[in-house]
Amino acid sequence: MDILRIATAGSVDDGKSTLIGRLLYDTKSITKDKLEAVEASSKRKGLDFVDLSLLTDGLIAEREQGITIDVAHIYFSTDKRKYIIADTPGHVEYTRNMITGASNAEASIVLIDARNGVIEQTKRHLFISNLLKIETVFVCINKMDLVGFDETVFNKIKADVEEIAKKMGYEGDLDFVPIAAKYGDNVVQPSTKMNWYSGPTLLEYLEELPVHKKEDALPARLPVQFVIRPHSDQHHDFRGYAGKLSSGQLHVGQEVLVLPSSRTSKITKIYHAQKEVDSARSEESITVELQDDVDISRGNMIVPADAAPTQTNAFVATISWMDEQALTTSKSFLLQHGVNVVKAKITGLQSKLDIHTMEETNDVSQFKLNDIGRVGIKTAKPIFADLYKDNPRNGAFILIDEFSNNTVAVGFMDKF
Amino acid sequence: MSKSVFPRALEDEAIYIMREVAAQFERPALLFSGGKDSIVLVHLARKAFFPAKVPFPMMHIDTGHNFEETIEFRDWLAQETGIRLIVRYVQDSINQGRAKEETGKYASRNILQTVTLLDAIEELKLDACIGGARRDEEKARAKERMFSVRDDFGQWDAKKQRPELFDMLNGKINVGENVRVFPISNWTELDVWNYIKEENLALPSIYFSHKRQIIERDGLYWPASPFLNTTEDEIPFEATVRFRTVGDMTCTAAVLSDASNIDTIIEEIKEAVISERGARIDDKRSEAAMEKRKNVGYF
Repeated sequence: MDILRIATAGSVDDGKSTLIGRLLYDTKSITKDKLEAVEASSKRKGLDFVDLSLLTDGLIAEREQGITIDVAHIYFSTDKRKYIIADTPGHVEYTRNMITGASNAEASIVLIDARNGVIEQTKRHLFISNLLKIETVFVCINKMDLVGFDETVFNKIKADVEEIAKKMGYEGDLDFVPIAAKYGDNVVQPSTKMNWYSGPTLLEYLEELPVHKKEDALPARLPVQFVIRPHSDQHHDFRGYAGKLSSGQLHVGQEVLVLPSSRTSKITKIYHAQKEVDSARSEESITVELQDDVDISRGNMIVPADAAPTQTNAFVATISWMDEQALTTSKSFLLQHGVNVVKAKITGLQSKLDIHTMEETNDVSQFKLNDIGRVGIKTAKPIFADLYKDNPRNGAFILIDEFSNNTVAVGFMDKF
Repeated sequence: MSKSVFPRALEDEAIYIMREVAAQFERPALLFSGGKDSIVLVHLARKAFFPAKVPFPMMHIDTGHNFEETIEFRDWLAQETGIRLIVRYVQDSINQGRAKEETGKYASRNILQTVTLLDAIEELKLDACIGGARRDEEKARAKERMFSVRDDFGQWDAKKQRPELFDMLNGKINVGENVRVFPISNWTELDVWNYIKEENLALPSIYFSHKRQIIERDGLYWPASPFLNTTEDEIPFEATVRFRTVGDMTCTAAVLSDASNIDTIIEEIKEAVISERGARIDDKRSEAAMEKRKNVGYF
């Protein structure tokens, strides 16, 4: 069984919780006691409906304020696959949470209230999906019941979204589903009230989406996490390089290049978990043995001899600032690229994105919490990377503050 | 694509996290409770470092109120795997005056464990503790990170959590702080059982249906034991039960069940109308019982 990771963003008003609740209900993924607890809480709060957001808003502060603050993870499964929804708040002040939630997603769901059409929040969600190069965005046009299930309303919003996506340069798939989450129309079951729509329901779309298609097709990148040396009598000479294959495929007998030493060797054995296998694909945690004794340590990378990443110590990246304290260029950071950590400096702020207009500005006086913009970065040691657009897993990094140890930014490499 | 019912990507993710722990920390330990989730953790750790030994010990905080079967299993597993076992006792914390026994019919040592755990972390200078908590178990746990930083006092601040982007794990901490690590965060109860089945893992016998003396309280079935304070009208009787979740004898309720093997257990869970932690009296103390315990250093 495979796993599809989805990101959702939005506020209670969009009917997001209702939609998620609907997916859980209709796939029988919620137990009676959890539902009863939510019903009881809703009643205690004096609500006349079952507030399904109480299922996901787990923190005391969230329940008090009636908002989603953090990323919540919601699980459900069908006979075909397991789903993990990273559910995040949609407001501008939670941009960092949305990016965090979306970073592991292969698809995102953008919800639009049919009565309101495209609003600023819609653009932001599309923008984040585009920034993270999420391959598929499902645009659910919700509350169709409140606009008389009118096809023209749906078509108008669809055209608006397509235009915005085009302007942003979004290259992934955009799929549109007219839904009424409250009644379940086109969520899991097809609607009987919108005969003009003959496309799949949201769940049907999700069930058919291929997973890891893109990562598998890319050149192999194996960041070495740990060197396994048993030093036992039985495995006296065993020297295995353990890591999670971040993209591509490797097979026994393949010629590989070890970075940064640039030594070449051949794969003699691959273990997936502890089972010996002939080949491995992206996202698998493996251990490889090589023909030659090569000096390899944590943070090194094993790649195909004919498809190496770029060696760089100065590049341009788009970053999303995630710390309460504003960014200052004089400071140095730790840059974590996969499992490799190097010292780094921001050499210049180039442009910033106005989160309201979605336009680039040259006002780079300050990078504050939730700001997104383009910067120059220099690292103390070279790293081996791909551009984010070519290979997301090997083109992303985080910045860590050396004093607070907090993760203060995520970056996407744009240009070497 | 894969023939396995269990989503294998969850195993890859957990092994990746185990390896990050071994690489990023100096003195990690795996918190072992004797429950199925921590048994799964031990198995994942063995796979992660195969054919080498697991490079960290497992630690059990023994409340003294454990099921006998759990303790037997723990000692067997330590021997079988060759993983070093560290045990610290809640009774010692009580004797030292560090913790105070609860009274009344709901008395349990569940909360007292936190004292012993935090003392052990300090004594052994542990910088990372691997736990088997899952996000689907409970709503405060749904907000946990894979690497969850605890301050000098072992406290969790839900509002100040580090963002976790892609699969990059930031385990940088200051002296005195430690990180709780949750490799099976994304597993559901059913995933755990499917994994146990496919990997053919041994479990303590109390997970399977057996005859036991129980008492009925608040609609739940409690195992009769010397540790449970009962009232006069709570008379033990024999029933065929199993445990769906295993903690102390004073905070884990049994379910009436004939499920005597993995397959029937999986069927039972699929049909269940009550969630796993519905049988945990420790969660029922208030709506935010788990978050409050986590804030002060609980597992």
